[in-house]
Amino acid sequence: MDQKTIDPKHIHAKEQAVDMRGITKRFGPVVANDNIDLYVNKGEIMALLGENGSGKTTLMNMLAGIYMPDEGEILVDGRHVTINSPKDALACGIGMIHQHFKLVDVFTAAENVVLGLEEGGRLDRAEIAAKVSAIADKYGFKIDPNKKVYDMSVSEKQTLEIIKVLYRGADFLILDEPTAVLTPQEISHLFDVLRAMKADGKSIVIITHKLNEVMEISDVVAVLRKGRHIKTVRTKETDPNALTEMMVGHAISLDIERQSYDKPVPRLTVAGLCCRDNEGVSKLDNVGFVAYGGEILGVAGIAGSGQKELLESIAGLRHVTSGSIIYTPDGRVPMDLVGKTPMEIRDSGVALAFVPEDRLGMGLVGGMGMTGNMMLRSWNRGKGIFVDRKSPEKMAKEVYKNLEVATPDLDFPVSKLSGGNVQKVLVGREIASSPSVLMSAYAVRGLDINTSYVIYDLMQEQKMKGVAVIFVGEDLDVLLELCDRILVHCAGKVSGIVDARTASKEEIGLMMTSIGGEEAAGE
Amino acid sequence: MNKKDKAPLIRIAKRSKSVLSPAKVWAIRIASLVIAIIIGGIIFAALGANPFSAYGLILSSSFAKATGRRQVFKLMIPLLGTALALAPCFKMRYWNIGGEGQITMGAMAASYFALFWVDRLPAPVLLLVMCLAGALFGGIWAAIPAVFRARWGTNETLFTLMLNYIAIGIVAWLQGGPWEGKPGSQLIPQFKDKALLPRVMGVHCGWIIVAVLVVVMYVYLNYTKHGYEISVLGESENTARYAGMDVAKVTVRTAFLSGAICGIVGFMLASGTNGSLQSTIANGAGFTAITITWLSQLNPFAMVAISLMMAVLSKGSGNVQTTYGIPASISGIITGIILMSMLACEFFVNYQVFFRRGKEEGR
Repeated sequence: MDQKTIDPKHIHAKEQAVDMRGITKRFGPVVANDNIDLYVNKGEIMALLGENGSGKTTLMNMLAGIYMPDEGEILVDGRHVTINSPKDALACGIGMIHQHFKLVDVFTAAENVVLGLEEGGRLDRAEIAAKVSAIADKYGFKIDPNKKVYDMSVSEKQTLEIIKVLYRGADFLILDEPTAVLTPQEISHLFDVLRAMKADGKSIVIITHKLNEVMEISDVVAVLRKGRHIKTVRTKETDPNALTEMMVGHAISLDIERQSYDKPVPRLTVAGLCCRDNEGVSKLDNVGFVAYGGEILGVAGIAGSGQKELLESIAGLRHVTSGSIIYTPDGRVPMDLVGKTPMEIRDSGVALAFVPEDRLGMGLVGGMGMTGNMMLRSWNRGKGIFVDRKSPEKMAKEVYKNLEVATPDLDFPVSKLSGGNVQKVLVGREIASSPSVLMSAYAVRGLDINTSYVIYDLMQEQKMKGVAVIFVGEDLDVLLELCDRILVHCAGKVSGIVDARTASKEEIGLMMTSIGGEEAAGE
Repeated sequence: MNKKDKAPLIRIAKRSKSVLSPAKVWAIRIASLVIAIIIGGIIFAALGANPFSAYGLILSSSFAKATGRRQVFKLMIPLLGTALALAPCFKMRYWNIGGEGQITMGAMAASYFALFWVDRLPAPVLLLVMCLAGALFGGIWAAIPAVFRARWGTNETLFTLMLNYIAIGIVAWLQGGPWEGKPGSQLIPQFKDKALLPRVMGVHCGWIIVAVLVVVMYVYLNYTKHGYEISVLGESENTARYAGMDVAKVTVRTAFLSGAICGIVGFMLASGTNGSLQSTIANGAGFTAITITWLSQLNPFAMVAISLMMAVLSKGSGNVQTTYGIPASISGIITGIILMSMLACEFFVNYQVFFRRGKEEGR
């Protein structure tokens, strides 16, 4: 049905690597993929674009052998195939790099590469290492075959995942949101590698919802919306606004209007803050900054360089070894938050809308509904042994209405909601407590454009109320547009604080990898 | 659009919860119970008994006469009481499998007062003191592993299990040593009448305590702050800390509560059922209760039905043994089959099975 929207010249221009016809996949009553026709040409990079829940990953999982389609057929190199398992997929030359890496931590890169291969004979580590290095050299990867996975950075792990599928002979690669965890420099390196693979005749599908990356790397863009294939267009012939409209179904503005708040006042003064993790490794080293009421302070940095620990320390969830966190509420005496319990800190007006690596790990209770989750804040209020359900229920209703949370009812387990809705519940609850400091980490991770902008607006709204907003983010473009100042973290230290109105992405990227951003300049 | 080529024979897909109405879910559960009973019947037949008359005998021996009914209720009281005791722990994902030991310690503490304070206290005060002492000792016995877990992260499953054997050992020592009645009898003397729980409607009044506990536990788990803390902690310790809960405190408190109820069960067993103390006083209730708690999905009202069923099976199997010469352990086998099929049915509640040819839904 969608064939007519595709440029007919395109069909015959190149040989098709993979052709999916009439693919439908249902999960219970939810139709994740609805009669999708999609093909990918050899030697092309296709960006698969769509909002969260639009069925991108589901569709690709059927190529990778994770799911079986309910209806429809798949052709690889013009032959009908049935893909029942990842093994079948690799036999067809299809390899997928998932968002969550599937590596064995205590093994080396080379060992991970051959893990699960049914090759006869002895395990010749040297030979494998040589083969791995050969693949790496061919496409310009940087990898040490003898490095253990637990010593690797996120980008190295990703490289390893790619090499793993190349080693197995894949010439059709699917990358699920590969850039979500990388620095700008790492992203540009990844893109170089992808281009090298394309030049070698490999076909690549990259699942993403970052439009600038789509424009940069892809040859064609396929847009999915609500499980349907809306259109496939050549990247050269389109622009971000047109793509957004296809994705969302209506035009929306992509600009964040940064408002200025007139009288910022110091709200949170952090000085000399140090903390260690459970193993005694230093996570924060002499961190100091001032967060002002009426501004959004962005926090940038490579994943795991202390952002989480910083927020946890302020919220009282982490033992601080030294330093002070002076909180200055309006019209009250400043107080040091160090040594206070999470409860005391919250009650004094410091809210943490914290989204850890997995959204439900902290901050929400997956098995409970919205009401139960609103209670996390208020459960201890009031006298007597009974917990008050009335006011959380009222709050749940308000969040449900104001943020348009899609849930069957207020007691429906939040773990069964989509990521965006889970996020709305969390952020909605924190904002409802009218905090004077609002901290959020990865607030828009995995969210669709619409919801992301709802969250940005909420942050701005809080800022304009005089709240000090601390926003830990991943997307530097967004940080630059949304924040007033950006604190750049590097290995637990403050690498620098820049003015978001004047700083550049590259500048921040360098500061993320080295203190002050100087040393890595040559890289 | 189905293909004829090699699609897998059976395909399993997760159901979304909204597909199955609660009525359907219960239909699946009841069907699995029926299947378990049918399999049990096949075993009866294999052992040479008519399954219908065997099941008939189990039911009639339990319900036809007042004595049978009384016996069933006597068996049911400790099972239900212990199942209720374990519920908060299991909700917290704290695997207390030390019910047996907590019952034994509770019974021991109660017995101390029954043996040595019986002449010094009036009957109501004595019974109250026995009950409280049982609760305290059971509670402490359960709190020990909880403290260790909260402070040093020890494994509570192993710890609570091992404490069972220590508790039983202590009572066995008392039985043959300091508390022994007639020298050489290896028995603790029977309690005086004053130290026995009064009967209400033919059964010791422990059933009233347990009946009240059913309601109290339901309210506790669902409507109180403590209950909320327990559910949050059971889902995620990090979330509990985030919400400002004192994880160590909640863990120890819940374990103590659980042990205290077990201790009260021990008191009822000593003072109501046995009229004395033996090292085997718990008689497996602490373990059977794990099954009951699990099958009931932590719902106190479901526990009533399931512990009744367990009691009937256990009572009836004795009669089956005498009538048909089938070992009484048949009740254990049937219980096992029921547990298996109940666990299997949860799979069908959560997943859907497709066969290659049609789109028929597997059951």
